[in-house]
Amino acid sequence: MDSAETSPLAGLRARGGAIDVDAAVVVLLLLGAAIFLLVGCLQSTTFAQYTVQGLALGSVYGALALALVLVYRATHVINFAQGELAMLTTYIAYQLMLWGLSYWAAFAATLAIAFALGTALQVTVIRPVQRSVIAVVIVTVGLFILIDGVVNWIWGADPKFMHSPFGFASFDVGGVEISHRYLWMMGVVFVSVLLVWALFRFTKLGLGMRAAALRPAAAALVGVRVDSMLAIGWGLAAVLGAVAGLMAEPSQFSLSPEFMQPILVYAFAAAVLGGLESPAGALVGGLAIGVSLTLVVGYVPQKYIGSELQLPLAFAVLLLILLVKPSGLFGRREVRRV
Amino acid sequence: MTALLELEDVEARYGPVHVLHGISLAVEEGSVVAVLGPNGAGKTTTLRAVSGTVRRSGSIRFAGRSLNRVGPDGVARLGIAHVPEGRGTFSELTVSENLRLGAYTRRGSIQPELDRVFSYFPWLSERRRQQAGTLSGGEQQMLALARAFVLRPRLLLLDEPSLGLAPVLVAELFRIVRELNEKEGLTVLVVEQNAHLALQAADAGYVLEAGHVVLSGSSAELRADDSVRRSYLGY
Repeated sequence: MDSAETSPLAGLRARGGAIDVDAAVVVLLLLGAAIFLLVGCLQSTTFAQYTVQGLALGSVYGALALALVLVYRATHVINFAQGELAMLTTYIAYQLMLWGLSYWAAFAATLAIAFALGTALQVTVIRPVQRSVIAVVIVTVGLFILIDGVVNWIWGADPKFMHSPFGFASFDVGGVEISHRYLWMMGVVFVSVLLVWALFRFTKLGLGMRAAALRPAAAALVGVRVDSMLAIGWGLAAVLGAVAGLMAEPSQFSLSPEFMQPILVYAFAAAVLGGLESPAGALVGGLAIGVSLTLVVGYVPQKYIGSELQLPLAFAVLLLILLVKPSGLFGRREVRRV
Repeated sequence: MTALLELEDVEARYGPVHVLHGISLAVEEGSVVAVLGPNGAGKTTTLRAVSGTVRRSGSIRFAGRSLNRVGPDGVARLGIAHVPEGRGTFSELTVSENLRLGAYTRRGSIQPELDRVFSYFPWLSERRRQQAGTLSGGEQQMLALARAFVLRPRLLLLDEPSLGLAPVLVAELFRIVRELNEKEGLTVLVVEQNAHLALQAADAGYVLEAGHVVLSGSSAELRADDSVRRSYLGY
């Protein structure tokens, strides 16, 4: 979570003022994209509406991408069950609300349950096989199937409707309709991400978690309980996933066992775009994927790229990054002298 | 006076490879003890056996307590700081974060410890916000020593501190180790290739060969020993 080690600007500083071409290109690219969006929004209200919608969806992708990155940084493994875990916790929130909890009470309880669930999964099914990357990957795929089955079994495959407190009202900003729902989605995701970032950046626990992720052996030597840190990392990732699930639900209007699957694909693309190791990159990647997919589907006529092609498009982005720049936008290059 | 650290008949192996064949050694509280020997003698493994980063058997006692069933983080919690080969510096983190990690097992404010460390390594204080990986090799070794010292350890395990450093830096490093020992009563077990420097800084030493202790004694005795002189001091 440390922006100092991942942001391109830190790259500039770390190299003692020497201009890093890579970092400069990334900064220019992001700046260009921001200007393009700004000018577009001022020119056209439709464009502005797409952008806001894209940013809201993108923040959800970013939150799930961040969950993937947290696990990846700590263990160099992609948790393929991250999306299904988010789906399960959203169903738990749905159930809690059926039992009479208010939305925000259910929200808070769900985050706590997600933390416990993530931690428990790491301890019970991941830790025993954690020495082998491929075994962990297979276990996460197994979890995907298991969670999917359990949710179908308990709640059934038919869509559920959750009461959302965000409503359908919208603001009118200079002719642009901005739905409350989108603002809430963005707001909740950003507050959650900010809290997680602060935890990593400013607390002793966060420092221990970063150390355990970077160098487990050296971390143990200074007294960090590496195993506990990994478990807590899974817990936090599950919490971020739960936030993503809860915020994704209102954009889909209904809850079904497969509702997080496309979002997981977008989150993969976002995480890879950001550089897999970079939390800031995951978030920026999520927003970029959200906005560009919304704009492409909005503007390119259906006969060229139909909305059915959103998922393959995300995969194409993923493939393109892996081919052209595998370290992504904010990927870390080792800065080290011996 | 009983020893702070006592190894008796310690064996260790990496998978099928037996590295230590029954090592016994003792480190008195407040002393600096050097472990000498050729490459592959088991010097590093001896330190790793103490900190629990290798599978070991036999008896390892620290301050009267058995370490046999204690893992690396538990050993650190008992007040043993291990500066491993390659320093164990978190190069991606800042100098200040590295130091805070050194004091990870301490509760409450660590500002007094940091101030104390900065009095020995004044330049570190100005580099607080710098990424540790951008320090020079010598600076990183000093940082590793400083990080270990923030813990206020009862015992410091120092592995090959001279590795890859310029001679003038190595001398400076051993001077600081000696100073910490004399002023702060820090007990040190140091593994070192440079026998000359190590015996200058140490009170006593052990010579390891092929996983056995072949010789031990005070620094003066070892320096006077013919075989040590020929093999390790080179005169």
